[in-house]
Amino acid sequence: MAKYATPKLDELESGPWPSFVSDIKQEAAARAKNPKGLDYQIPVDCPEDLLGVLELSYNEKETHWKHGGIVGVFGYGGGVIGRYCDQPEMFPGVAHFHTMRVAQPSGKYYSSKFLRDLCDIWDLRGSGLTNMHGSTGDIVLLGTQTVQLEEVFHELTHKLNVDLGGSGSNLRTPEACLGQSRCEYACYNTQDMCYQLTMDYQDELHRPAFPYKFKFKFDGCPNGCVCAMARSDFAVVGTWKDDIKIDQEKVKAYVAGEIQPNAGAHAGRDWGKFDIQKEVVDRCPTHCMNWDGARLSVKTADCVRCMHCINTMPQALHIGDERGASILVGAKAPVVDGAQMGSLLIPFISCESPYDEVKEVIEKIWDWWMEEGKNRERVGETMKRLSFQKLLEVTDTPAGPYHVKEPRSNPYIFFKEEEVPGGWNRDLAAYRKRHQR
Amino acid sequence: MAFISTGYNPQKPMENRITDIGPHKYDDYFPPVIKKNFGKWLYHEILEPGVLLHVAESGDKVYTVRVGGARTMSITHIREACDIADKYCGGYLRWTTRNNIEFMVTDEETMKALRDDLNSRKFDGGSHKFPVGGTGASVSNMVHTQGWVHCHTPATDASGPVKCVMDTLFDEFSHMKMPAPVRMALACCINMCGAVHCSDIGLVGIHRKPPMIDHQWADQLCEIPLAVAACPTAAVRPTKVEYNGEKVNSIAIKEDRCMYCGNCYTMCPALPIADGEGDGIAIMVGGKVSNRLSVPKFSKVVVAYIPNEPPRWPTLTKTVKHIVEVYAANAQKYERLGDWAERIGWESFFKLTGLKFTQHLIDDFRDHAYYTWRQSTQFKF
Repeated sequence: MAKYATPKLDELESGPWPSFVSDIKQEAAARAKNPKGLDYQIPVDCPEDLLGVLELSYNEKETHWKHGGIVGVFGYGGGVIGRYCDQPEMFPGVAHFHTMRVAQPSGKYYSSKFLRDLCDIWDLRGSGLTNMHGSTGDIVLLGTQTVQLEEVFHELTHKLNVDLGGSGSNLRTPEACLGQSRCEYACYNTQDMCYQLTMDYQDELHRPAFPYKFKFKFDGCPNGCVCAMARSDFAVVGTWKDDIKIDQEKVKAYVAGEIQPNAGAHAGRDWGKFDIQKEVVDRCPTHCMNWDGARLSVKTADCVRCMHCINTMPQALHIGDERGASILVGAKAPVVDGAQMGSLLIPFISCESPYDEVKEVIEKIWDWWMEEGKNRERVGETMKRLSFQKLLEVTDTPAGPYHVKEPRSNPYIFFKEEEVPGGWNRDLAAYRKRHQR
Repeated sequence: MAFISTGYNPQKPMENRITDIGPHKYDDYFPPVIKKNFGKWLYHEILEPGVLLHVAESGDKVYTVRVGGARTMSITHIREACDIADKYCGGYLRWTTRNNIEFMVTDEETMKALRDDLNSRKFDGGSHKFPVGGTGASVSNMVHTQGWVHCHTPATDASGPVKCVMDTLFDEFSHMKMPAPVRMALACCINMCGAVHCSDIGLVGIHRKPPMIDHQWADQLCEIPLAVAACPTAAVRPTKVEYNGEKVNSIAIKEDRCMYCGNCYTMCPALPIADGEGDGIAIMVGGKVSNRLSVPKFSKVVVAYIPNEPPRWPTLTKTVKHIVEVYAANAQKYERLGDWAERIGWESFFKLTGLKFTQHLIDDFRDHAYYTWRQSTQFKF
């Protein structure tokens, strides 16, 4: 028998898509039954209280969670998000219901043993509810009480050899696409760069020292499966410099209809026979391709590596061999000054372990932003306030036409004093000799 | 309940403390075929919705079955996924960035058994536990935020509306009949933890009433200068007010400057903003992150407000489904929603979808607004 009637939430159990309500009810039932005979360390009925408070929100159309307050584990400034219910008497099981972020392996491959061990900890010491995963990529353990935070952290570090993720004004948990583990488009080892930088910057991740949050994301190619360019302050996106590799026999096989275009991604609808001219050559954004009926060619100098031709004919076309990445800086969601996309800073950088070149760029940006950034100002906003030129200057990056969509259309140009012969210290008396007042 | 200690001693927190060890290494849990062929993958095919085949230079094959998942998952559910991984996949599984679970096997027969097993599992309430799909030109799983389940600033729920939208578009998830991938996301407030700002369809919770000011608590609960600094439109200022016969430090809000972002509430709990009547969802469309064909772009607001209608959000789901259908019927192959809208022009987008264009959809935030107005006589009536 459920602790609360939840008629509104019950309507979210129907329909084909996985129902989180059914799942929370399943967890509530499992805890009530307690097949392992656990001495639950937080209220056994907290999943029911969560449904109860959610039903209240469904009736009132307002949330019942309060600001966090300061909870955490000793010595860390992140990884735990305090959460309190604003109706604790009604729902004592979730009166305090803090979140813990656990660092995920990049690419999110798991063994069932690791996950079961994690579930066992959370069974005994938490709500039994999670997010797989949070928006930034962490494993999110959803709901425990203050006294359990150190205990869970102790179990994670001592038994599972895993750490907490980031929160607050620090380096957030970095995230990578699955990269070379299972993708032929990956231009560098995204998982390794993500892992190495996460390990190298543990201090920045756990101890807030920044003006605001800072996110790294690592995409293996311009398709951007982890949305690095839109979602991370520092986006590393794989690219290459040389020719797209073409297997002409396979191109012919696509043209002949022997291989489905786009790896079969459009198979659910009849789009007609594959037309290489119409679907690939004419759609190329820079018109750098040619198909003469027997041979496909690409003018590499004009190619902007958009991936369309490769995505459309993955068995025939392959990324080039001179591989690395572009770095784009400053993406963020709307708060505070509006959404920003990452802006291209480094057009091409080598991506070989131990990634010293990439780290050099990161650290120069951090030094500048920590000095100049205002409280709660993302680096993209600092760039807007202090100019892209300033970012080039602090990262020792020479300006190039690839940095802009178009040159400026106003002549309000800042020159440096040393750029102008004689500098700015001028002789007014001499001027007046030439020009009467 | 008796407290069970792990051995942690609160009097000596540094004793045996382990810190800064980071995540597990990414290859700790690679299935053998992934480990063996790392960096040596040649090409892939989508064999059917939700089933990928990757072929390595060695000739090795890996079949991946992708299933959608609710982001909020119980350990009972995770353990069931582990049981499946143990039964078919040598105990390995992975998650995608869009809350899908992927199970990998090395032969076609096992893949088919696995796929059928996954599709057959249902919750007691009747919904799928592990629906196969979300590949290629389909509507893939939505990324989303916490909403009323666990967040203090939401203007809507997240898990509920996502469940309703995905129920409505389940057929589009489990088939590949869209012109291009359709990536949807929901953020329960404009903080956008779910980063909906570059999605084909982004749903974002919005408030429509300025915050209330709790003069009794403002000075005690908040650093007032931080609340002032948090306002992007300079609507918030410090002030002194009379409260219970005493002058207290508090906050004043210029209501006609407030666009209800809630940023001040994030900094100051004495400025509650949530309101059952005022809150709801805006629909943004046409964003993308991929560089394919066109450059990445932001989503644009095409519906300024839809009320919160729990538990099933009927107006929201109907509107989203309609946009998806009009897009699917009109766009060219490979054309993302935003590319289609730009090719036909936004005038045609509103004509074809029948969505009403209102003054709310014209940008008025800072300099960027001007660049979205039409400085041309080229337009469609």
